[in-house]
Amino acid sequence: MTSVLIVCGTCYLLKLSGYLIPDSLFANPRFQRINTLIPVVLLSALVAVQTFGSKSALVIDQRLAGVLVAAIALKFKAPFPLMMVLAALTSALIYRI
Amino acid sequence: MSVALPVGTYGTAFGASGIANGFTVLQTCLLSLLLFSGASQFAFVGVMGAGGSALSGIATGGLLGFRNGLYALRMSQLLQVRGIKKFIAAQLTIDESTGVALAQEERGEAAMRYGFWATGIGVYISWNVFTLLGAYGAQALGNPSAWGLDAAVPAAFLGLVWPRLIDKRTQLIAVMAMVLAVLLVPLVPAGVPIIATVAIALIFGWRSR
Repeated sequence: MTSVLIVCGTCYLLKLSGYLIPDSLFANPRFQRINTLIPVVLLSALVAVQTFGSKSALVIDQRLAGVLVAAIALKFKAPFPLMMVLAALTSALIYRI
Repeated sequence: MSVALPVGTYGTAFGASGIANGFTVLQTCLLSLLLFSGASQFAFVGVMGAGGSALSGIATGGLLGFRNGLYALRMSQLLQVRGIKKFIAAQLTIDESTGVALAQEERGEAAMRYGFWATGIGVYISWNVFTLLGAYGAQALGNPSAWGLDAAVPAAFLGLVWPRLIDKRTQLIAVMAMVLAVLLVPLVPAGVPIIATVAIALIFGWRSR
């Protein structure tokens, strides 16, 4: 519970800092480029780890099928909720077989 | 409002994800009320649910929350808020509110400010209502694997990163991050593989090409 409150506080202070700090501090283009890439690498890493990771082991299971279906759905510009439902359905079907 | 509804359905997914990762309904809802930034919330519960330490969960959530600070720099120039409104505006500074405000640029500053507040408040309400629904729904369902929730979580991350993969270079960086993270999973404690990929962002962001 403590960690829940700490992460909430951290993220709120990050938002608030933008309203309190003079903006010249972050105007550096190098800083901007790194900042654009940070969500890309973290979210990609999360996709991979949540698909293949099981504690400290790597496994291939029903989740991979679900994520591949999600990728196909995104490729065809499916809306977000539909993409998630398709991924869940695929994974659940394989899990239950 | 047109942005708020799809975001709400995504809130359902977060609610379900919180439960699937072992958080209580209260904790899941507190994250939506107090943190209010989808990517950070999903990452925090994902890392902690996979057995990561509190520190790596907080670090991953915080790193993903960093961009909100940069949005806030831009929005503070636009909104010119003072006093208590500054603290409310800060909480509403997310991808969607900033995106809608910037999209109104040619209609003038009043339209941009309206876009920010309308989207921020709309998304805040729907995100929290749907988090609650998703959390209760998932609690009623039971085993997350039987309902495919275990695949819905990485699918949600994929949906978040997809629109950011705008060119070949970014796509290559994304693939490298995936490979690095997967290779690290057996070697280091849970959560660390995710944070380690920040090195890739630093290396490729340092040089423009």
